[in-house]
Amino acid sequence: MKILVCISHVPDTTSKINFTENNAKFDSNGVQYVINPYDEFALTRAMWFKEKQGATVTVATVGNVTTEPTLRKALAIGADDAIRVNTEALDGFTVAKELSEVVKNGGYNLVLAGKESIDYNGGMVPAMLATILGYNFVNACIGLEIEGDKATISREIDGGKEILSSNLPLIIAGQKGLVEEKDLRIPNMRGIMMARQKPLTIVESSNGNATTSIVSFEKQAAKSACKLVSADNVDELINLLHNEAKVI
Amino acid sequence: MSVLVFAESSEGKFKKSALEVTSYGKKVAEQLGTNVVVLTINSSDPSILYNYGAEKVLTVTNNALKIFNAKIVANIVKQAAEKESAQVVIIDSNANGLYFAPMVAANLNAGFASNVIALPSATAPFTVKRKTFSNKAFNNTQILTDIKVIALAKNAFGLVENKVSGASEEFSPVLVESNLVSTSIEQTSGKVTIADADIVVSGGRGLKGPENWGMIEELASVLGAATACSKPVSDLGWRPHSEHVGQTGKPVSSNLYIAIGISGAIQHLAGVNSSKIKVVINTDPEAPFFKAADYGIVGDAFEVVPKLIEKLKEFKAINA
Ligand SMILES: Cc1cc2nc3c(=O)[nH]c(=O)nc-3n(C[C@H](O)[C@H](O)[C@H](O)COP(=O)(O)OP(=O)(O)OC[C@H]3O[C@@H](n4cnc5c(N)ncnc54)[C@H](O)[C@@H]3O)c2cc1C
Ligand SMILES: Nc1ncnc2c1ncn2[C@@H]1O[C@H](COP(=O)(O)O)[C@@H](O)[C@H]1O
Repeated sequence: MKILVCISHVPDTTSKINFTENNAKFDSNGVQYVINPYDEFALTRAMWFKEKQGATVTVATVGNVTTEPTLRKALAIGADDAIRVNTEALDGFTVAKELSEVVKNGGYNLVLAGKESIDYNGGMVPAMLATILGYNFVNACIGLEIEGDKATISREIDGGKEILSSNLPLIIAGQKGLVEEKDLRIPNMRGIMMARQKPLTIVESSNGNATTSIVSFEKQAAKSACKLVSADNVDELINLLHNEAKVI
Repeated sequence: MSVLVFAESSEGKFKKSALEVTSYGKKVAEQLGTNVVVLTINSSDPSILYNYGAEKVLTVTNNALKIFNAKIVANIVKQAAEKESAQVVIIDSNANGLYFAPMVAANLNAGFASNVIALPSATAPFTVKRKTFSNKAFNNTQILTDIKVIALAKNAFGLVENKVSGASEEFSPVLVESNLVSTSIEQTSGKVTIADADIVVSGGRGLKGPENWGMIEELASVLGAATACSKPVSDLGWRPHSEHVGQTGKPVSSNLYIAIGISGAIQHLAGVNSSKIKVVINTDPEAPFFKAADYGIVGDAFEVVPKLIEKLKEFKAINA
């Protein structure tokens, strides 16, 4: 089994979100970058297939040189090698097109991605990648077992779950459940040392035309102050919710 | 030219989100000076869509489509978009919509914007406002391709009544092959889901243990609400993962979100920001949730929640 894990390089979840250049650009000043949390679930599942089923695991990101520490972290967690497609990731469709070349050239038969990047929140790259390649795709994946050429996949649906079966090749977009929180790994010293020696290949982009373009950002509007109600007066809360907020 | 809307139905009935995307699609069509066409699969009666502006409804009826398959549905939407020369295709943000919408865009070689929260601010270049950075901000995105695919965020636009004398037309698309097979579906029946709920009642670590969730469930049942929880609560196994809300859990965009014993960490708030009204009940007046909430009670959940349940029952008895 040849696994590709798609890694998105994103601001840490605690980051303060600010913009510069007249709200045209994200202000990365002082921001810590991490492996997108959903991709970490995918990577962790990939490590299980590597250790238990002898899979090889490649991680790939589409991004400029600043994403390399994130790829090295994935290598330190245990991926065998890394690929960086050297271009700015500005549009999900274009990212999917770039990744489709990586998948074709590497002959991967299982592609694990996250259900959403926590910065762009497109929820689109893996589905588009699968459509471009003509591979089966399962979104919001909360369980994945592989036996030989056959995969059993669980997906979260509104109010429950669905079990699916598919042959490889397959692409999934994972989330919590694919592995548990406690299974996530922190790179150890040995892993970090080894990661320095592992191959990180830079491939040039195929330069597709962007299909979308972000023109500006806005922050959430400041909220008006919270109205406090006394704990002895829950009637007042009900009154406010009914007459003022009109939500009950 | 047209605007194509996909209206999801479940067991023949339209979801609220179907009426929302139809309302939205009608307005986009007005902006573009064109008509809206609504596509439905296995719905029993499309006429309710006319109340929300659907001038034309395409009905696909096919038993092979009883079980959702994203690839097949995405391809049907593509065929409908081509047949109707759609300029804009609009899909909801239910689990299925989120799954197949980007596949439609890839099929049509179209630019795609998800998490869209408002009508286009301009039609040339076509510009929409969407949620980004996990609800901490918005971006204005131009879609540069001739055809545009949009996924509308839940409860972002609401329902707009707009009665037209619509007409429906049968549509028989070709079904593409798929060897991705659904083998079973487990539905937690009878419970309101977080995705569909107008009200969500959520508990955090302040509730001390799973044995104390009885009052959360009772409060939810009085309000007809879904239950949810913070991440540590599901990590500890007090509640199922499917109830975990926040940046790395489910997003909540209900009308009312009641947070009980939840501190209001940035990752939690990110996921519940889009709820219209937020109420917090917490013993600690310094809890960050008070900065994000509209209404708050500083108090012990074990005293406040039972009182709230009792008073709400009285309120419901009068206002039912
Ligand atoms: C990468 C990452 C992603 C994350 N994603 C999420 C996410 O998606 N969702 C999420 O929720 N968290 C997420 N977190 C965790 C988040 O940082 C917080 O740890 C978490 O939200 C805290 O949960 P809590 O409010 O239930 O618990 P606590 O922070 O322990 O708060 C408990 C609260 O209960 C109050 N309390 C105590 N007793 C009572 C009582 N008797 N009555 C009333 N109130 C009482 C306390 O004052 C306190 O404010 C994430 C963290 C990381 C690092
Ligand atoms: N620039 C990128 N490089 C590699 N993978 C990506 C990139 N952007 C997104 N992905 C993958 O696609 C998933 C969904 O991202 P998005 O469509 O941006 O929400 C992420 O969880 C990643 O697995």
